[in-house]
Amino acid sequence: MEVYLDNAATTKCADQVIDIVEEVMRKDYGNPSSKHMKGLEAERYVRNSAEIIAKSLKCKREEILFTSGGTESNNTAIIGAAMANKRAGNHLIVSGIEHSSVKEPFRFLEENGFRVTYLPVNSNGTVKLDALKEALCEDTILVSCMYVNNEIGTIEPVEEIGKIVKEYNENIIFHVDAIQAYGKIKVIPKNFKADLLSVSGHKINGPKGVGFLYIKEKTKINPLILGGGQQKGMRSGTDNVPGIAGLGKAVELIYNDEFDKRIENLYQIRKYMIESLKKLDGVTINGVMPEEEGAASAPHIVSASFDNIRAEVLLHALEDKYIYVSSGSACSSNRPGLSSTLEAIGLRKDLLDSTIRFSFCLETSKQDVDYAIVSIKALLPTLRRFVRK
Amino acid sequence: MDTKAFLIKYGEIGVKGKNRYLFEDALVRQIRFALKDIDGKFDVTKESGRIYATASEEFDYDEALEALKRVFGIVGICPLVQVENEGYEALTKSVLDYFAKRYTDKEVSFKVECRRSDKRFEKSSMEMNAELGGMILDAFPKTRVDVHKPDVIIHVEVRKKINIFSEIIPGPGGMPVGTAGKAMLLLSGGIDSPVAGYMIAKRGVQIEATYFHAPPYTSERAKQKVVDLARLVSKYAGPVKLHIVNFTDIQLAIYDKCPHDELTIIMRRYMMKIAEKIGYDSDCQGLITGESIGQVASQTMQSLYCTNEVCTMPVFRPVVGFDKQEIIDLSYKIGTYETSIQPFEDCCTIFVAKHPVTKPNLNIIKKDEKKLDGVIDELMEKAFATVETIIVE
Repeated sequence: MEVYLDNAATTKCADQVIDIVEEVMRKDYGNPSSKHMKGLEAERYVRNSAEIIAKSLKCKREEILFTSGGTESNNTAIIGAAMANKRAGNHLIVSGIEHSSVKEPFRFLEENGFRVTYLPVNSNGTVKLDALKEALCEDTILVSCMYVNNEIGTIEPVEEIGKIVKEYNENIIFHVDAIQAYGKIKVIPKNFKADLLSVSGHKINGPKGVGFLYIKEKTKINPLILGGGQQKGMRSGTDNVPGIAGLGKAVELIYNDEFDKRIENLYQIRKYMIESLKKLDGVTINGVMPEEEGAASAPHIVSASFDNIRAEVLLHALEDKYIYVSSGSACSSNRPGLSSTLEAIGLRKDLLDSTIRFSFCLETSKQDVDYAIVSIKALLPTLRRFVRK
Repeated sequence: MDTKAFLIKYGEIGVKGKNRYLFEDALVRQIRFALKDIDGKFDVTKESGRIYATASEEFDYDEALEALKRVFGIVGICPLVQVENEGYEALTKSVLDYFAKRYTDKEVSFKVECRRSDKRFEKSSMEMNAELGGMILDAFPKTRVDVHKPDVIIHVEVRKKINIFSEIIPGPGGMPVGTAGKAMLLLSGGIDSPVAGYMIAKRGVQIEATYFHAPPYTSERAKQKVVDLARLVSKYAGPVKLHIVNFTDIQLAIYDKCPHDELTIIMRRYMMKIAEKIGYDSDCQGLITGESIGQVASQTMQSLYCTNEVCTMPVFRPVVGFDKQEIIDLSYKIGTYETSIQPFEDCCTIFVAKHPVTKPNLNIIKKDEKKLDGVIDELMEKAFATVETIIVE
């Protein structure tokens, strides 16, 4: 039995997505910028995907910018907005628990003369709104906050943040990294007054190497990639037509009539896994609990810390049973150093290196969870016996 | 570029008496292997005490040179212009042409050194030295002759063909791999062991390697890193047979039964035993480790004494007297450093005690090792039975 519980790292491509990608590569391989029929056919895929995505966001097709994925969307949003608005001020605000594809662009801007405020979070991972109110000032031009935290699954209060920011000054640009949110909850940018919103394709059963950035019309933003002027000059380079077509298909497959039911089911799976984990000895669940009031979690992420176990050892032991999970965030686990989200929520120091993230897809079943739990339960005593003395 | 061949100079092989042809043949074989994947085809030939690598089509000069620089046994590489022997008149034209393409505008001092093995050639070597020198001086007024310390020596050799060269690029030295037996390298994911393997291979020794894998305490990526390192070593040493031993159960047994501060020493003793056994089975005559005295607790003289004791095969530790920085410098030079420093843990680092013994006493170690009686034989058998062997090149 193979159980893939690392869907927050990436997901399996849906069959129908693969079909359309293949069809475009084999048959409709034209360049959308070409003036002939072949180009027009290719352009139709791009337009169609933009329409599907726009419908899911309740926005206009023209507000969708296709990118190479989440990292590029975040970079374009943050650096592009800061550069375009630097005459209005040089102060930026960002939460302290962002993914590195947000954190690093802010660090880059900091090195280049911008002032950045990093907002603290509560123990369940939600941004402290008082700190945001305090940080806002005349010079603030950009506020960025993730929608769902990639390590612990907490849904950030983006609605409140949007309201606070825009009431303070409606010219401040509000960017939301929705990479872990899109496809798991309904994401409607106008509901939380976002001007920019990043999404990645491969987190929602789409292809790798494609994603998009929602740019609310009239938002002042500069492109990062210059050249032939594709996508109204906002991102030059020949459109990744197969990827974009696949992305559109992936969105279509998720945001349909079944969505609410399937997501509700996913919440049940999460609740079930948390309850099962809590029955094991020495396990701490991080993030928002299912029964908790006043805060919410995404349905697909469970973060658990195991006393006296090194996360990587548990990860490899589970791998041996064909169960795939990740330690902390997959993107940061390539590098030495511990998770900043777990530190920011005040997790016990000895647990920082003992935390595993389980993440689900719509197909994850109770049986999958049971198999993982039984395996973990069997492994814990052995692994705990052999710890560094 | 008019260079179409390389003249390969070799050193120590020349003095190996009646075995000389064995060494030369091995060198030819290694050169062929090294040039196999280069863009362009080469004929590698042995001809009256010299080796030539001659391109039979267009080739990538830099790539070929880099490959030759990795062949042990080569002392010098001379990029060669070869022309047909069509008499003295034609020869002078070729030499002037050669010089013009390389040294025209520079204020160089030079001398011409001719040799002829074809004694029927119309001019003697001395005559040619003088005349060719004069012609170059006339043609390129910025140059001057210096017979004692010239910047450039233009070598002209009259053989079946005429060879012209002026540059000798140093090779790695050493002896061709395959001329000095075979040894088993204990390869970890670190900086030292690949360097140790390189140094022994340089003396002509064929290398096999053993890696101790400890899942789930070490990851597949750590294993991949070791395979990558073996591949880098194989660029010098030729194909490397890599034996991967599953060491987890032995490690856990030691952890369970023996004093924790002696864990590393006892673990290393078992690693040596296992590597030696695999080495015997594949006709190795020695073991190689990347140990360097005093670098870590398990590499003090007392520790080396204890770990060495389990082996009857000689154990070679070519970096034993090097400082860490010297080893790092060498690993940079041979191109293994970047791979070695990838941050995946190998089995040495996970179970290490906070305060391991630095002056182990062999009698005590042996006494504590007795605690493994009853389980260790079976575990060793299992480890040998599950060795995974791959050939890396």
